[in-house]
Amino acid sequence: MGSESAATIPITVDFSGGLEMLFDNQRRYLISLPVTDESGKAANIAFLIEHLCKHYMKDPRADLFVLDGHIRPGILVLINDADWELEGEEAYEIKSKDNILFVSTLHGG
Amino acid sequence: MAPALCANCNTERALIKRPKNHAKLCKACFIKVFEEEVHHTIISSRLFHRGEKVAIGASGGKDSTVLASVLKILNERYDYGLELVLLSIDEGIKGYRDDSLETVKRNAVQYDMPLKVVGYDELYGWTMDQVVATIGKKGNCTYCGVFRRQALDRGSKMLGIKHVVTGHNADDIAETVLMNLLRGDLARLSRSTSIVTGDSRSEVKRSKPLKYSYEKEIVLYAHHKKLDYFSTECIYSPEAFRGSARSLIKQLERVRATAILDIVRSGEDMARLVPRDTSSSCSCKEQKNAAPIALAEDDVGGCGSQNGRTPGNEMAAMDKQLRDNEVHEKFEIDVAKVISEGKKTGPEKQQWGLPTRNGNSATGAVGGQVLGNCERCGYMSSQATCQACTLLDGLNKNRAQIQI
Ligand SMILES: [Zn+2]
Ligand SMILES: [Zn+2]
Repeated sequence: MGSESAATIPITVDFSGGLEMLFDNQRRYLISLPVTDESGKAANIAFLIEHLCKHYMKDPRADLFVLDGHIRPGILVLINDADWELEGEEAYEIKSKDNILFVSTLHGG
Repeated sequence: MAPALCANCNTERALIKRPKNHAKLCKACFIKVFEEEVHHTIISSRLFHRGEKVAIGASGGKDSTVLASVLKILNERYDYGLELVLLSIDEGIKGYRDDSLETVKRNAVQYDMPLKVVGYDELYGWTMDQVVATIGKKGNCTYCGVFRRQALDRGSKMLGIKHVVTGHNADDIAETVLMNLLRGDLARLSRSTSIVTGDSRSEVKRSKPLKYSYEKEIVLYAHHKKLDYFSTECIYSPEAFRGSARSLIKQLERVRATAILDIVRSGEDMARLVPRDTSSSCSCKEQKNAAPIALAEDDVGGCGSQNGRTPGNEMAAMDKQLRDNEVHEKFEIDVAKVISEGKKTGPEKQQWGLPTRNGNSATGAVGGQVLGNCERCGYMSSQATCQACTLLDGLNKNRAQIQI
């Protein structure tokens, strides 16, 4: 039981376009994401976003990343370089070695 | 979910879903189609002529970096015969431009283009740090924005270049259309959609080759081409994009991605309803001969790195104003003024409510405002003294007082 709840998926998460400022100015994180969320559902992008806010957000301005519980409009999410709209968005179930990139279009031109 | 194949080549995996038409494209096809669409805009609007020297307003940010990259590629691919130069403005905010200027310097090497950096101190006699030291942090974005609007023109003049291109994208234009619509500023609305600003009277022509490019695709283009750009926000406006019209645009895009170009097109259509209009659309649809013009002073101008965006809390402020019910009155007055002036200047052809497609403004009246030149600096202005010179007056008085 203990080993099951501790099971994790290794992934890389990248921030760019200014978002790195909200995450301690670090652009790349190697993350061990729990395999399931609290309710036992397989970890998906929605869960990853929640996880990032809880454990990695180093800025009080969390609303620049999430708005009403969802990724802020204007922030692009790429799953293994593909637009998340092609992959099922928040419902995409995260696999081992996935690369998830969050890139803001909101910062300066 | 099985990976979708590119709708264009049918072989590679689709990585991009285009906001304008939902087409699923692979990386190579997306890059190609993005460049070809900018080429189409350039050709159909007749933006350039052979041998022209063109300054690219370069901030090191995504828009101007993508613009520089695409223009270099197209200039070579289609032999435009342009001489391209990077022009950067240093506002004089200590530390703020260091990284972005480094980015522009790298871009100059990567794109093999000469780079010229001009400072607010050279152009106006004031750095932004000095402005802030004089007037405080409140309201300084106004100064920064007004100075910025003219900086590229003044800088180009210094270099003897008559054409500046900026990285304004479809999101920028849509935002300006919305803001001017909410303000009830029809004259400015009609001009804000133009691809070219400045006319024969102004010494420097300005244009926006990325006018129809989604900001999302600009960011994706930069990402997939691994372009070297810098992201920052003006340190004097940390709240820059909260509650802004920009957020509204992005929310609309999330619900229906075509909304952004729809707003741009709507802005162009509405512009045609404004008397003495000289607004723009893609010329291939409009059978126009040359790119139309507008007042450079109206060029969407925000602050700092926010390339031509409205200052963030403007929308919130306007919302409050609307609730105060003052804007409603002002709106009516403005419309009435525009109508009557439109009728005065062009009784037969320029009837209010009818599309005016050939608004060659011989008298210089555009949408109810009279074009002129600032008597101090010569910059195009609807007042005797332009906004920048007016602000400088105030600043210089302050400096005089401080020195006493
Ligand atoms: Zn393809
Ligand atoms: Zn002036």
